[in-house]
Amino acid sequence: MKGFVAGCVLVGVVLALAAVSLVWLPYDPADTSGARLVPPGGAHLLGTDKLGRDLLTHLMIGARIALTAGAGSVLLGGVLGVAAGLAAGFATRWLDDALAAALDALIAFPTLLLAMLVVAVREASLGSAVLAIGLAMSAVVARLTRILVKRVLAQDYITAARTSGSSWPRVIVEHVLPNIWPTLLVNLALQFGLAVLAEASLSYLGLGPPPPNASWGRLLHEAQATVLTAPVGAIAPGILLVVLVVGVNLVADGLRDLAPGRSR
Amino acid sequence: MARYLLRRTAFLLGSLLLAASLLFVLLRLLPGDPSNALLPMGATPEQIAAARRQTGSDLTLPEQYAAWLGGLVRLDLGTSYVSRLPVGGEIAARLAVTVPLTLLAFVLAVVVAVPVGFLTARRAERWYGPLLSGFAQLGIAVPVFWIGMLLVTVFALRLRLLPAGGFPREDWAEPGRALAALVLPVVAIALVMSASLIRYVRSATLEVLGSDHMRTARALGESFAGAMWRHGLRNAAAPVISILGIELATTFLGAVVVESVFALPGLGALLVEGIAEHDYPVIQGVLAVSTLAVLVIGFAADIAQRLVDPRLRTRLGRP
Repeated sequence: MKGFVAGCVLVGVVLALAAVSLVWLPYDPADTSGARLVPPGGAHLLGTDKLGRDLLTHLMIGARIALTAGAGSVLLGGVLGVAAGLAAGFATRWLDDALAAALDALIAFPTLLLAMLVVAVREASLGSAVLAIGLAMSAVVARLTRILVKRVLAQDYITAARTSGSSWPRVIVEHVLPNIWPTLLVNLALQFGLAVLAEASLSYLGLGPPPPNASWGRLLHEAQATVLTAPVGAIAPGILLVVLVVGVNLVADGLRDLAPGRSR
Repeated sequence: MARYLLRRTAFLLGSLLLAASLLFVLLRLLPGDPSNALLPMGATPEQIAAARRQTGSDLTLPEQYAAWLGGLVRLDLGTSYVSRLPVGGEIAARLAVTVPLTLLAFVLAVVVAVPVGFLTARRAERWYGPLLSGFAQLGIAVPVFWIGMLLVTVFALRLRLLPAGGFPREDWAEPGRALAALVLPVVAIALVMSASLIRYVRSATLEVLGSDHMRTARALGESFAGAMWRHGLRNAAAPVISILGIELATTFLGAVVVESVFALPGLGALLVEGIAEHDYPVIQGVLAVSTLAVLVIGFAADIAQRLVDPRLRTRLGRP
């Protein structure tokens, strides 16, 4: 329970940064009029980068981008993945094999490689990143859902429910979904964190949304060259990434522990 | 089991074909003609025709598809547009960096994660319990490239203990220098990987510890170690093995980014260069080789899972 509250607070910090950035920013993100590599304090609360841009401004915009990347990917990947996984779990042997093969082939493309391909095909943008990460995630979610469904279907109480006359849709709603959702939810929260990290990696490689609306990954890449003279720029975006992902994971853990029938 | 092996092998081959086709389709969606990468500004029609012949883009799509699959079967991945060298040789040279990097990081991560994951589940109430869970929580949330940046800053730039990046030109001729170049990248990947593995080992252990058959075994007088050995490990092993397969693929993913932090001339760096220069054969080749590796790993993980968990060998799981 303590972890759950802490998680909510951490996610809340990033949410607040993103929300405020929608209505107010300390500086224009493209404003390069500030002095270069100013240390924190004074007019620039967290200092400026090597082009004289305000770091706090970019961190706030980065919060918005990170949340969009995570939520968009999880929505796309979760919906596609659970649907495909349920279908595969219940399918006839032939269809199940075909779906499983397709999933394996998709999973065999590591998320980042798939994302790099999509970026090359389309353009380096947030939309490309979300599309690629969501698609890659859907395969992982589908595989997990399929395994979970199969594990539940192998249980005696399913046979019992079927023998006593329950229809398959009723078995899904009453037995399958309640048994798999805690694991699924925890996994989706983990996937949210992974999506945020994947987007940051893409941006770090220069394949994310272009400046001036840069994500935390690109900020880190740009700060790498000046890490000894301006360490804040190379540390702050990383800390925010960790805060967001840890927060989401703690919330997920809290949810799992709250779920019925699951005690530690 | 023999029938399963046959089925799973057919399955592997089908997945390979599907992956190769997917790769082909995705890459044909790339804007522009691949031959453009070969041409100077204001090229003559003759030059354009020659370039299109060389890259094969004068062929119809089915012909290109057949050529691509035929090349894969013959292990011929074509010639790089930029370096004019065979892509297969180029990839083999890069694997000399990426394979040791991936495997060393994977082994280090597993060696750390399995005992730690077990301890976080079993000894959560000891003083080091929260410490270990804290490490797992943090590690799973830290971007691997940031860890890399921080490690470079501390151990290379400040303390000057290890090289900040690069790889000796003569590869593994001087194993000491090559290994030194890999220490920080391996640690960066392993830190992140072991953290996510710890979570899985922990939850698998918790599931086993709370299970009825463990309680029954203990009630029948088995010692904890005996019950764990006879009933617990095999039950916990199946999901962990499945995760290990996926994690090995993730390690490669980590390697792609980490190679960029440390300027290592590995497979990931080759892919990034290929995308930047629109070097289609290189992009295709790198993705084909890494996909093959991941599929074979998945195959091995599935077989191993069957071997440790007999319940998966029954067909009860189907409606």
